[in-house]
Amino acid sequence: MVVASAGTLAGHIKKGAYFDSVTLMTIGRHVQGLPGVLDAAVVMGTPENRAILAASGLLLPEFEQARDTDLLIALKLAEAGRVETVLAEIDQQFQLARSRKTQGAEARPRSLDGALEVLPGANLALISVAGRYAADEARAALERGLHVMLFSDNVPIDQEIALKQLAAERGLLVMGPDCGTAIVNGVPLGFANVVPRGAIGVVAAAGTGLQEVTTLIARGGGGISQALGTGGRDIKAKVGGVSFATALEALADDPHTEVILLIAKPPDPLVAERLSAIVKNVTKPVVTLFLGDRGGAEAGPATLEEAALAALALWRGADLATGLAGLPGRGQDQLAEAERMAARLPASRRYLRGLFSGGTFCAEAQVILAQDTIAAGRGFPLLAPLFSNAPTGATARLDSALVSQAHTVVDLGEDEFTQGRPHPMIDYSLRLRRLAAEAADPEVAVVLLDVVLGYGSHEDPASELAPAIAAARDRVAVVCSVTGTEADPQSRSRTVRQLEAAGAVVAPSNAAACHLAGWIARLQEDRHLGNTEPPAIVHPQENRP
Amino acid sequence: MTRLGDLFDQRLEVVNLGLESFASTLRQVGAPTVHVDWTPPLEVESNARGVVRANSERIAAANARALARILAGMPQLVGMGLARDVIPGLTEDTLLHAGPPISWERMCGPMRGAVVGALLYEGRSRTQQEAERLAASGTIRFAPCHEHAAVGPMAGVVSPSMPVFIVKNAEFGNLAFATMNEGLGKVLRYGAFGEDVVRRLHWMADVLYPVLARALARLGSMDLKNVIAQALHMGDEVHNRNRAATSLFFRLVAPAIARTSSGEDAGSVLEFIHSNDHFFLNLSMAASKATLDAARGIADSSVAVVMARNGTDFGVQLAGTGDAWFTGPAEVPDALYFPGFSKADANPDIGDSAITETNGLGGFAIAASPAIVQFVGGGPADAIRYTTQMYEITAGENTTYQIPGLDFRGTPTGIDVVKVVEKAVLPFIDTGVAHKEPGIGQVGAGVLNAPAQPFVRAYEGLARVLQGGAR
Repeated sequence: MVVASAGTLAGHIKKGAYFDSVTLMTIGRHVQGLPGVLDAAVVMGTPENRAILAASGLLLPEFEQARDTDLLIALKLAEAGRVETVLAEIDQQFQLARSRKTQGAEARPRSLDGALEVLPGANLALISVAGRYAADEARAALERGLHVMLFSDNVPIDQEIALKQLAAERGLLVMGPDCGTAIVNGVPLGFANVVPRGAIGVVAAAGTGLQEVTTLIARGGGGISQALGTGGRDIKAKVGGVSFATALEALADDPHTEVILLIAKPPDPLVAERLSAIVKNVTKPVVTLFLGDRGGAEAGPATLEEAALAALALWRGADLATGLAGLPGRGQDQLAEAERMAARLPASRRYLRGLFSGGTFCAEAQVILAQDTIAAGRGFPLLAPLFSNAPTGATARLDSALVSQAHTVVDLGEDEFTQGRPHPMIDYSLRLRRLAAEAADPEVAVVLLDVVLGYGSHEDPASELAPAIAAARDRVAVVCSVTGTEADPQSRSRTVRQLEAAGAVVAPSNAAACHLAGWIARLQEDRHLGNTEPPAIVHPQENRP
Repeated sequence: MTRLGDLFDQRLEVVNLGLESFASTLRQVGAPTVHVDWTPPLEVESNARGVVRANSERIAAANARALARILAGMPQLVGMGLARDVIPGLTEDTLLHAGPPISWERMCGPMRGAVVGALLYEGRSRTQQEAERLAASGTIRFAPCHEHAAVGPMAGVVSPSMPVFIVKNAEFGNLAFATMNEGLGKVLRYGAFGEDVVRRLHWMADVLYPVLARALARLGSMDLKNVIAQALHMGDEVHNRNRAATSLFFRLVAPAIARTSSGEDAGSVLEFIHSNDHFFLNLSMAASKATLDAARGIADSSVAVVMARNGTDFGVQLAGTGDAWFTGPAEVPDALYFPGFSKADANPDIGDSAITETNGLGGFAIAASPAIVQFVGGGPADAIRYTTQMYEITAGENTTYQIPGLDFRGTPTGIDVVKVVEKAVLPFIDTGVAHKEPGIGQVGAGVLNAPAQPFVRAYEGLARVLQGGAR
């Protein structure tokens, strides 16, 4: 209790101004927190309250005659000059109290069950809680008849298997765990782009792969019926492709889906067999891309871009070759562009450094740079040796994800980078630092970046990247791909303009960006080795019967 | 066609658990979405969750039985008597107190003050020092009110000479007891024990008690369930606001008092009741106690039949775990403090009054009480949200106690400890705040969420019982 010892005592009576005691206590507490206020009381003038004021040393002589319906304001201030200011503030608080709007009525359920009371028609649960809790929530959702998109990662594989078993029993779909993106009934879930609805249905066990093909289809004039993710682990032997098969079968039955596009890294052989058995019975066209494993089907698409173009061609009633017809000419143009860009670089700068936010893009880069048939005519990979923190195929593992070696592609979405940090599609700080470090490396010729737009991603990635690219452009070539559409919140064209203005070359797809960057590094390496024989372009398209 | 195919023909409606930005996206594109304010479940012993989950059907069935008994309760005020005459097991050396069991050594200031006041009132000691020596001597047996079918607000001290209300659960026959409310200011239940406090206690025994007892005898009995149900429609939640219920009580007893007592006594008693907005609190507590005691001893049930605090510990008892107390430290409430006081003056939460929340009243019915919702630091909409959240942790909804503002929905009733732990949603309690020093009294009022530990322990305790008694 404050005892009157120092300070100025000031009082004020408002006749007949009734406020309930809680409002008065609230305002009293507010007043006590104002600068220069040593103690304060805002009370109705009842005898009990006057006794309390007396005990606190706040009873002013003029309060003696107050009645129950009078409002008493007693202030003890550090300096007398503040009285008017504080009284004005109290007046404002009373006005606020009178006009307080009802707020916070929006329901804030604390659990799935609470949410279902508010939204009894819910048919999908989007779960992104920490991995150790995610399976429990997913199970509860399945038990209540909801489909599940499990964005969370770090869900143990036995829990994944159990969830998918339960889902299969109930005819439900589990997308994930670690499913970053999907488009269901035109609604973007997680990280997803704004694409028109249409007739091409996608099933993907590769998150950014799904974003790449859906945006390329949209930019190519097509639309998406459904784009369903499964999480990368679904196609492993242990899980058995349960979700992939469910999604595929649903699209096969879906009257709004005319063409089906399947995207995955190479599945377990038994899973691949199971899926191809389903595909055989599908009566509509199916395009399959198992990135890095064409399973002998050399006529099939090799990249996400080719897969999207193939799906578009089939949807238009054309054949696959027609869909890919434009690519060889672009390859020639890219080689010319690579030569122009390489000409600006000293011969000592010869390595490629890919800094990826999308895991599928990092894998696709390895397929293109180390294994692509463009280089097949030369009898050796386009770039070697190639290193990665997420190696596939012939790629070697980096000693440390933090330090590049020779040609390197890094997936910054891997665990070693995301512990306690937002995903690199949201938080660009790590990539910006790495971009500066790579440009400063005197052996680096080209930095390759993926920029992913859409809901969930950074709201303006160009604003982050442009200054860093401008700072690096005089030393290295910067090649970007921008995954997105005009309708995305960030607008693809605006993003591209800003990146180009900063000095980057923006390719139409991740595959195209990999080709261009790969050629720049290849040309520089040849210069460095004194190999002046001009590279021969052999595009897969020209090999086809 | 799978159900996934059906989904393609429906409007997508999403429950979002986790990153709120995903919900914002969904709202932006116009998809019906509810975002869950999700928190991880409370941590329990490694195998407890598995045991509880394996027995979930048994628990649900037991909880349905417990809830049915709670909802069927018919608390009636049937009369009054002296504590020593009517409360079972209350010997001359026994003092009852609020909350779980506690020794004199561990008692907080206000409870010690109330013990001193009670010993002075009983004439067992003449001074504070004498009373403290007696309390520490081991002669006095301290026992929870709850173990004697009684409840007491704040310190909740009941001594043999105190008059108590007798509430009977007419449906099941069990009785509950509570003292009469002394009013606000310096009172025994807040640990005050000055001369005026003791004098008031004597007046209550000598004037208030006989007047009320005669009036109640004339009335026969009073249906407390009905009074509470009406009061909820009049802006009370019968824990922190009892103005309407007290007024209803006043209306019911006044004619009987006028007919059975002299003018002066009748006047002073009616004045006393009129001037104390909390007079009904002790009756709402006894009504809740009589109601919940009928749900004790239902094997496998995870429904709480007691939440109570002694100013040091917060204790919980379950329908399915017998007489076991599950406790953890009581917390200092966030409150609005009276002028001159702050949180630094406050004692940790104290009193048996959380029996009202246990019975679906108080904080669980705060949406019915717009006049006091500002204690939560918000408006009526916040209160609705608090009550709405409590539906997530209860076994069901009340069939008698309703909330007008929620379209007369029944209040959330029957706290299910399994839900509390698995959803990490802790019961919401209205409370008064006592000064931590004895003898000063109430310094504020506010709300708080119950501490987690007693509920975690209760959950683990139930798991042990379920495992031990695997049938």
